[in-house]
Amino acid sequence: MNNKKPIIEVRNLSRIYGEGCSLCGKNTGPEYETNVCPECGTVTALKSISFDLYPGEILGIVGESGSGKSTLLQCLYFDQNPVSGEAYLSEYEEGKYNLLNLPKSKKRYIRNHLMGMVYQNPVQGLRLNITAGANVAEKLLDADVYHFQNIRNRIKELLERTEIPLLYMDTLPRKLSGGMQQRIQIAKALANNPPVLFLDEVTSGLDVSVQARVLDLIKLLQDESNISIIVVSHDMGVIRLLTDRTLVLKNGHLIEGGVTDQILEDPQHAYTQLLVHSTL
Amino acid sequence: MIRCENLSKIFTMHLRDGMKITGFEDINFTLRSGQFLGVSGPSGIGKSSLLKCIFRTYLPTSGRIWYSRKDGSDIDLASVSDHEVINLRNREIGYISQFFHVIPRVSAFDTIMNGLKSRGFNPEDHKEFIEDMLRRLSIGEQLWELFPSTFSGGEKQRINIISAMARRPRLLLLDEPTASLDAATASEVVSLIEELKEQGTAMIGVFHDRALLERLSDSILELNLCPLEPVGV
Repeated sequence: MNNKKPIIEVRNLSRIYGEGCSLCGKNTGPEYETNVCPECGTVTALKSISFDLYPGEILGIVGESGSGKSTLLQCLYFDQNPVSGEAYLSEYEEGKYNLLNLPKSKKRYIRNHLMGMVYQNPVQGLRLNITAGANVAEKLLDADVYHFQNIRNRIKELLERTEIPLLYMDTLPRKLSGGMQQRIQIAKALANNPPVLFLDEVTSGLDVSVQARVLDLIKLLQDESNISIIVVSHDMGVIRLLTDRTLVLKNGHLIEGGVTDQILEDPQHAYTQLLVHSTL
Repeated sequence: MIRCENLSKIFTMHLRDGMKITGFEDINFTLRSGQFLGVSGPSGIGKSSLLKCIFRTYLPTSGRIWYSRKDGSDIDLASVSDHEVINLRNREIGYISQFFHVIPRVSAFDTIMNGLKSRGFNPEDHKEFIEDMLRRLSIGEQLWELFPSTFSGGEKQRINIISAMARRPRLLLLDEPTASLDAATASEVVSLIEELKEQGTAMIGVFHDRALLERLSDSILELNLCPLEPVGV
């Protein structure tokens, strides 16, 4: 964590669902306890979010359901189009370009070569009717690895790393357990050795022993490489264990950010106090 | 190395209609490298809160904490960015608390080694030093590969102490580091503190044991309802 320069800089990122009207901004947000505009029904999923992610850092994002956590990751992974804002990635052309304005082909390049994503729901991240190995291979092909033997070896390496028995390589993910599907997603996300990894509620829905092994794997990844990770979770235990810094979202607004133990022990915002006292 | 100016911490409890609780008020002191500042006062007066504000586990309400970094530049720990706080914790400032959050499923030895590795040290260079510290603090070799989550309070405490000291911080904050240790081990911890101090580490410490506090401290900050300047010992 020597580097002073962030690997990702996000500035004023906003995302709405709906037409929008001039009153949306005035009628939504934490102080109104809603992100739905009473005038036009537009949902303000994210309102002017700015933050930095540093090399080698694990950044946590917490907030209740519907606060915008997943939308934020999906905007950065180009699954969704923000209405405005800027995002810079130092690994792409030295961070000269706002990623959000790049043409589709460049976005695809960045996503395939420089980013990895693990979705909350494996259905979003995997193709359940092609084999586990093929799912990982797909990401490698996207990242321009075409040599058959290299692909095969890399898949084996990734499955071992994520503790997936090799015999599942040719099994369809839909026949595997949720924990195993989540690990295939992680193997797929890591296939291209991305400098940036997005994890959306990776452990929710898993039983505790599987959850523990997934968390250990993430910790190991951070210890062994300089990968930068954004972890979205509503589980304060996960946040405490994994992250250095934490951001708190509510109704699409970034209400507070700080060193993780400060957020957990001395939260400033009323909502964060409620969140911390509800979960610990 | 560190200069605290009019530092105050007031907690606002939003869940109790914004009730204000004073942690401590108007603290002033200066500490040079290799010096030990003892913090003393009755329970609940804000001794731990003061340490937590310096470590930024708590966000100070007002005042400044000027700290001279290794590179010679001065920064205010009360207002510096979160990222810089993390950097300083990794490289320069250590904290030993009464309570130790163990990392699950990691052995005692790896807990210490990983702590060094993730902070940019080469753990192999420090292996002997760590083994020596483990022996000095009577952590038997049979425990090294076990999980601290299964350890006694005192054993966890010692792993915590070794982990923090192995990084040789420039500033070390100590919150009752000997609270759950027997007399012999406590005295070994005190020797370690004295060695670190001789090597130039500045320390701020809270000790229940008054005699110990006086033995270690170059000056003592007495916290009470009317805060005073630190008094020389």
